[in-house]
Amino acid sequence: MSTLLEMKAITKEFPGVKALSEVSLSVEQGEIHAICGENGAGKSTLMKVLSGVYSTGSYDGKIYYDSELADFRTILDSEKKGIIIIHQELALVPLLSVAENIFLGNERAKNGVMNWHETFDRTKVLLAKVGLRESPSTVVDTLGVGKQQLVEIAKALSKDVRLLILDEPTAALSEFDSATLLDLMLELKHQGVTQIIISHKLNEIKRIADKITVIRDGTSVSTLDLHKQNISEDDIVRDMVGREMSQRYPPRIPRKGSKVMEVCEWNVWHPEHSNRQIIHDVAFTVHAGEVVGIAGLMGAGRTELAMSIFGRSYGQKISGSIKLHGQEAIIKDIPSAISAGMAYVTEDRKSLGLVLDDTVQRNITLANLPSVAKAGVLNEDEEAKVAEEYRISLQIRTPSVQQIVGNLSGGNQQKIVLAKWLFTEPDVLMLDEPTRGIDIGAKYEIYGLINELSERDKGVVMISSELPELLGMCDRIYVMNEGKIVGELSAKDASQERIMAMIVTG
Amino acid sequence: MTDQTASKADSDNGVRSYLAKHLREYGLLFALIAIMAFFQVMTGGVMLRPINITNLFLQNSYIIIMALGMLIVIVAGHIDLSVGSVMGFIGALAAVLIVNMNMSVWLAVPICLFMGGVIGAAQGYWVAYWKIPSFIVTLAGMLVFRGLSLWLLEGQSVGPFPKEFQIISTGFVPDIFGIGRPNGTALAAGATAASLIFWLGLRGRARNRQYGAVEEPMAFFIVRNAIVMGALMFVAYKLSTFRGLPNVLISMTLLTVVYAFITENTVIGRRIYALGGNEKAAKLSGTRTERLTFLAFVNMGILAAFAGLIFAARLNTATPKSGFAVELDVIAAVFIGGASMSGGSGKIIGAVVGAFIMGVLNNGMSIMGIGIDYQQIIKGLVLLAAVIFDVYNKRKQS
Repeated sequence: MSTLLEMKAITKEFPGVKALSEVSLSVEQGEIHAICGENGAGKSTLMKVLSGVYSTGSYDGKIYYDSELADFRTILDSEKKGIIIIHQELALVPLLSVAENIFLGNERAKNGVMNWHETFDRTKVLLAKVGLRESPSTVVDTLGVGKQQLVEIAKALSKDVRLLILDEPTAALSEFDSATLLDLMLELKHQGVTQIIISHKLNEIKRIADKITVIRDGTSVSTLDLHKQNISEDDIVRDMVGREMSQRYPPRIPRKGSKVMEVCEWNVWHPEHSNRQIIHDVAFTVHAGEVVGIAGLMGAGRTELAMSIFGRSYGQKISGSIKLHGQEAIIKDIPSAISAGMAYVTEDRKSLGLVLDDTVQRNITLANLPSVAKAGVLNEDEEAKVAEEYRISLQIRTPSVQQIVGNLSGGNQQKIVLAKWLFTEPDVLMLDEPTRGIDIGAKYEIYGLINELSERDKGVVMISSELPELLGMCDRIYVMNEGKIVGELSAKDASQERIMAMIVTG
Repeated sequence: MTDQTASKADSDNGVRSYLAKHLREYGLLFALIAIMAFFQVMTGGVMLRPINITNLFLQNSYIIIMALGMLIVIVAGHIDLSVGSVMGFIGALAAVLIVNMNMSVWLAVPICLFMGGVIGAAQGYWVAYWKIPSFIVTLAGMLVFRGLSLWLLEGQSVGPFPKEFQIISTGFVPDIFGIGRPNGTALAAGATAASLIFWLGLRGRARNRQYGAVEEPMAFFIVRNAIVMGALMFVAYKLSTFRGLPNVLISMTLLTVVYAFITENTVIGRRIYALGGNEKAAKLSGTRTERLTFLAFVNMGILAAFAGLIFAARLNTATPKSGFAVELDVIAAVFIGGASMSGGSGKIIGAVVGAFIMGVLNNGMSIMGIGIDYQQIIKGLVLLAAVIFDVYNKRKQS
């Protein structure tokens, strides 16, 4: 095997920050090379250097590609050489068809006139390659995230890709879709496509990668060969965080007080298609101090369930009953849900959870403004005091509470969303993918916070696509599939295999 | 202060970052002053004559009053193209009620304001609850109310209005001290306003210091306040040597203060910014976003109605053409004042200063005898320049 890519002593500085310092990376022809590291370690910067987003000369060090010194000044330069990046946030045009998206910027055309025959024929071939059974004329918007990811890969293949870079490709995918994608990556490897995968999910990396390069604080710490060495996930984590991380979940003593919330015969229909039932006869309970997990595949209806309970913020024709502290609660909208003591931390903190252009302080108080106001007039002293308290108690790392939230890291943003809901003093918190897209260190802190909430006798409902997280944190787990609850497991009975089995047979 | 030495170290950095963040606000203030100075020279001193300053207020009050409402609509993430037509329609309604039907002014004015609210509600309903883009709803409204004023007035101008209606616009506050000229009320009001601004500024500083917000350097604070206070006293003095404080100046100032307070210091104000910043997040945080949007349009309607009354009172007649294309001046004022097209940011005081910049440009160019053709071109370029300045600034910061 020959070396396809050799990045030598790459150093990239931004005003006041050294993002990369002498990072080296060597990728063999035909291998899958994983890059691991905490958020902010410099993985994305490294890939931007490689793909020409930062042009030659704006960094120190050399890149050899195909044994030639590379001189990439724009993304187009690197694409010409067959280097394609698929970013975490997909770059598809939602209202165009699959075929149009695949050949966007690379149109099959003559003198500016589209050749639709060729476009569609080639799309069919590409879709077959990635194993996506959809018509080329399907509008991308109607596909799920998993399928959209496949469209992105088909698009990359249309450009005769030699080095495919996937940035957190499975972050938004369910276990099942992730598995499909990983299989496809192995298949592409057989066809000779060299791949770099950036991921937080160590089990996936272990499954498909040949080598792992760990980056920490802008330097490459180690490159591990998975075929030669016997490497455990703990070894990788240790390299990533630079310290021994004996436990990925803080210790937790199961607690169970009185019933806080009881949902019965809960039925919800799709907000636009009134004959499509999304939630079927769901019933579950949450006790004080308990952490209850909801497991399921993407599209199982977990988010829809939580949102429909939270002030009917999803769906229509909602029926069923919610009892809070044993009393029937009438919750007709979000304000009444909040005042009844419910909180819902959304899975999509950027578009649903935060006002990104606003300050930390203004975001924290948003859901409970009246309590820092008198007769509708805000008391900003009081407000600043509240925000400052949460900054300290949740260890939100920000220069001040006047900082704009959009400038903070994912983990800190998530803490701000949590702070916002803690300030409403809820009895039940529904956390939807509370650790999505944040690094291992920040995850641990969030887990610690969840345990603290439970110690204060809050009922916590935790929705997560990462089964290890549910197993590590929950006292009881409900398993959902296709809008129904198909099983319930206590912490000691639960295992990944049992949960998956329930989903498959459910 | 015990930690003076520590803060000294990064004070240089602090000044620069403070300036970078607030360049817009200073820029706006200095732009207004520079433009006024420019015209003062070019018009050979006519610009700042007492009568012209008085005229500036009379001519622009209705733009400023509508800019208050427009700022809220724009911060909420919408736009209202109908305000010019609504203003014209309400002026026409007032003329028909008062002149043609001999209705008492004391009854007609509330009816007109109420109608403004109803019109705002009728448009806001579709925007808020049916999610129809405000651009389209208010474009329709613009055509409808333009047509309705023509219909009401039957294509004719209707006037004149009785005296008690005219004073809404062209009346002056009498001298309560009985001096006459210079007008004591104007001087006292100017002095009160200047000291109030200074006191509020000091109070704000104290609070910022307590909670670690980036603080305006003392020198900046003093210079800025000296300019503002000086300008206030200057204007008050000039007004006092003519006829004193115009009534519209009083209502305009009161409204500005009230709306600045609502937007910056109340729960509802905060929620409007959150709604414009991220509607979904605001909604999931318990804000009744639909109702808020609806209210923003109702408020806009009422202010447009008030502007219509002022305009009709000043002209002393209602014409089918009144309010034509005024919405563009109002919207331009808000954007010159620094509001963001995508919603979520913008300040009342910015919109008011923006409106003054537009007004001074109109006034100065008219005195200089510049043709309406060039006037339009220059106003257009000023708007573009202000927005480019904003975008450039934002890009440099990030």
